[in-house]
Formats: sequence, structure tokens, C-alpha cells
Amino acid sequence: MLNTLTVKEAIKKLKAKEISHHELYADIAKQIELQNEKLNIYLSLDKQVEQKAEKLLDTPLAGIPIAVKDNFLTKEFPTTASSNVLKGFMPTYESTVTTKLMSAGAAIVGKTNMDAWAHGSSTETSDFGVTKNPRNPEHLPGGSSGGSAAAVAADVCIGAIGSETAGSVRQPSSWCGVVGLKPTYGRVSRYGVVAMAASTDSPGPMGKTVEDTAILFESMAGRDTKDATTPEKDVPKLTSVLEQGVKGMRIGICYTDHSEIGKQQVSKQILEAGKLFEKHGAEVSLIPLSQKLEKGKIFTPDYAIGVYTVVQRGEVASNLARYDGIRYGNGRSFFGAEAKRRIMLGTFTLSKGYSEQYYNNAQKVRNLYLQNFQELFAQYDLLISPTTPSYAQKLGASFASPMYGELEDMLLEPTSISGLPGISVPCYRDESTNLFLGMNIVAPWWQEEKMVRAAHLYEMETPWNTWRGKI
Amino acid sequence: MQSGTKITSEIVSHIGNLANIPVTDEESKKLADGFTTVLEVVDTLSTVDVTGVEPVGQVTGLENMTREDVVQEERMFTQEEALRNAPRTHNGYFVVDQILDK
Repeated sequence: MLNTLTVKEAIKKLKAKEISHHELYADIAKQIELQNEKLNIYLSLDKQVEQKAEKLLDTPLAGIPIAVKDNFLTKEFPTTASSNVLKGFMPTYESTVTTKLMSAGAAIVGKTNMDAWAHGSSTETSDFGVTKNPRNPEHLPGGSSGGSAAAVAADVCIGAIGSETAGSVRQPSSWCGVVGLKPTYGRVSRYGVVAMAASTDSPGPMGKTVEDTAILFESMAGRDTKDATTPEKDVPKLTSVLEQGVKGMRIGICYTDHSEIGKQQVSKQILEAGKLFEKHGAEVSLIPLSQKLEKGKIFTPDYAIGVYTVVQRGEVASNLARYDGIRYGNGRSFFGAEAKRRIMLGTFTLSKGYSEQYYNNAQKVRNLYLQNFQELFAQYDLLISPTTPSYAQKLGASFASPMYGELEDMLLEPTSISGLPGISVPCYRDESTNLFLGMNIVAPWWQEEKMVRAAHLYEMETPWNTWRGKI
Repeated sequence: MQSGTKITSEIVSHIGNLANIPVTDEESKKLADGFTTVLEVVDTLSTVDVTGVEPVGQVTGLENMTREDVVQEERMFTQEEALRNAPRTHNGYFVVDQILDK
């Protein structure tokens, strides 16, 4: 079954002519036939993908099949952001990320389901139905990039692309037992991505291995004159540092024993990971939590939920104002319940008399997180924590609370509102449910190479990655 | 700063107007309760001491990122492309609803 190949293996075999594009795409098509209807992963499929891929053998990515979240504009190919507002919309231009990936030699198999407008952490806000977790279809895949995470886990692609504002790449990767890399804010262009929360939106690769996300990252990242948040910085060659290990690194474990989380499996796994890194020459310590900004301590994630809620809703209200049904799309009555809630709450917190109380105050608290991480990264090379407190929840779970997404994203939000990069790697599999947990490794701004070194080492030294063949 | 903001269905209707989101009476009641719950979480921010802290919206510190002042033709739409997804067009124009009284 060639669809289970990693990006690395597929490129190598295609280039060596051990396999043909026809064989690879036939196995992908077969798996889509078996899984897609059941799991609801792809919203649209490109029937011409094999013919396109065949011409790409001499490119760096050699014509490998990838899945792309349905909020990246793809010219002449449907893009809906999983909302009825954009049903029938046909983009007239291409996002920078997909342009770069295609010119590096990736072929897009199809567009994946997501929470509508990326509002959510479950895919249950999609207007086109929920995606089911391939590891256990009674459970959610997470979100908002749930379709892309499921596409990787179900082997209906070789690699995938998602986007994250606060957990939307890493949380579904954790729940689906795959690897998700969220770059530094600005490292990857947002041009042509359906805008959600403009000050945190970060496209990122999702893959079967750390190495695969590193390969895709190198084809996505870099300065783009169409996005003013992308700096003139060299893109780090992540694939060449993977084997460098963690010797001499100072790693801080974000101490999570402040709530129920401390009693759970995931905390034990994080502590075990700390021991592993120590064995490989890192200096590992627990960082205590503090309710206020204090040197050497991690500022409580509790307020990050409030900051993210206010900032994200405000940016959503502004960004989604463009959907007026005049130039494109179906008009504002087509918004689903969650989008309506978010647009209206953002409108409220930005309205006259309330913007100081809510928006400006939230941006001040955001600054405290920023200061906290600046100070911590003077002392540490990496911070590690659980990606999510729990396993993938059951289908239907997101309807229980209007704050569902935020409460699930708790441990990711402080770093996301600060623009930091992070990677989630599988760190446990529950044998009875076949559900996975993830570890979140966070690096300083623009230093993604540090986190992939640790993530790759962890992946190679533990049994949790299913494609590395140890479980 | 006050906390415990209670959102009524009247406020929801007003916000619906501002945001151009059509809401029914039944929906506004439900939305009002949801907003009150969310604002309870948000209101915890009022307990944080932010004296002398500047608000931050741009976290990577970039300033004045410009590009060369040249026309990027690949970013320009033809009239046909610009109109392609419009639900209503007339003689090469977008058609919009009348918003001013005659």
C-alpha cells in the first residue's frame, strides 16, 4: 500500500523509479474510495491530480500527493472554508502557500473539511458535516484543521497542509496521532488564506513524521511581498538539523499540575519525555506556574483564553465583514451559528464604549504573555507541555459549551497569541480506544530548528509514531 | 473596569444590526445567554494588573514592511475575473440592493 509512504520515502522511491506516479495515485485513490465517505475528510477532489503529478518528477517534491485545508484559495478549484457562504465560489487566484508547494512539486489531491471559517476545534461547526477521527470514528478529529489531520492519519494523502490561530494545526494532530508544525507567526505567508484572526493566522504542515513536516515547511515558508508580516529572513533548513539532538539544550517543562490535568496520562508522558531529553544531554527543569508575571515562572494560561477570545472575535468581526454577497459568496444569512456568534461578539467588544474595556485591555494582557516568553527564552531553548489535556472527545462534544474550542486549546493559547512556533508529536496511544495524545514543543521566535531537533529525537526514541513502525 | 456584563436580547438585536447579521427574536435570546457566558470568562481579564503595560497587536516586532512600488500584474483581475463569482451582474457591473430612499 503505497499510500502509507512518508513524504521522504515517496520522493525517494519516485525519483529512483522504484514506483510510478500511477501506482502511488492508484493506491491513494483506492484508500479514498474506502475511507472518504465514512470519515468525511475531503470536501472536493481533483480528478486530474495524477496527470499533473506525472510532470513533476524532476522537482524537489517529485509530484507527491498532498491534502490542503479548504481555507487556502486554489485557482479554478472550489474553496469554501466549510461554509455555505462560499458554496459554489471559484477562486480567481492562488494562495502563496499552494503556489509555492505546487512549484516545489506537490500535487493537490483535494481540499479538506474544517470548522467553518476555522472557528472551532472539532470540525463540528462545518456546514458540510463532521469529520470522524480515523483512529476511532466515534471520536472527533479535533480542529479546525481536522480534515487535514484525518487525511494524514487515514493515509488518504502523503502529507497535508493546515492553518493555525491557536491550536488549529497542533490540536487535531495530537488527537489524530500525527505530527503538526505551527511556524513562527509571519514565517509562512497568509496571502490567499481565508482570513480568520489576522494577528495569529499561521499556515503549517501536517505529516506522518517530523521529517515530513520539515520537508513541507521548507517548501512553504519565506518572505512574500504580498504579506507584510513576512520578514526578510532566511528559511532554516530544518531537514539538515534533525539529527543534531538536544545535547546542551535547556528545556523547561511547563508545569501543569495546577488542575485536573496533572493527574492525567499526558502529564506523565511529558515528564517521561523530560527524562529522555535529559538522557540525551539536555538540561531539563520544571517551570513553576504563577498567577502573576514573575521572573522564571510561567504566567498562568487562564487569562490567555480571555485574551484570545477577545482578540480573535474582534478580528473575525472585521475579516468577515467582507462577505456581503455582492462580489462573491451567498450573503450574510448563510453564516452558521458559530460564525454568527463570533462575528457578533467581536462587533460588541469593538463597539463604542466597550473597546477600551475589552479589546485594549486584552491587548495589554497579551503583552504580559509576550514579556513572559521573552524572559523565559533568555533562560530556556525549548518549552514543552501537553498539546491537549485529553484524548479526542466523542462526536457531539463541541455542542456542550459556547467556549468549547477555547477550553480545549488552553495550553496552546499563551504561545499562539505570542506568535511562537511549536510542533506537536504523538506521545502516547491508549490501547483500548486507539486514541492518541500529543506533546507540544515550543521554540523561540524564528528558531524552528530547535523544536524539530527535539521532536525528531523523541519520535525516533519512542514507540508512538505509527509510521515509524514500532507499534 | 466593570465586570459581569449582562447581555440582553435588546443588545443582541442592536449588535445584529451593526454586524449586518439577521437574527430572529428566538435566536437573540439564545445568543444573549451565550454571550453572557463567554463574557464571564473574558471578564477575568479585569483582575489582571496592567498598569503601565502597552497594548500589543503585532507580536514579532516588524515595522514598515514594504515592497517595491511596481504594479504586480499577476495580482490584477480582469473585469471578467472580478465579476465571475458575483451572484448578480448587469452590463459588467455588480448589482447591489438600493440602500438610500428615493
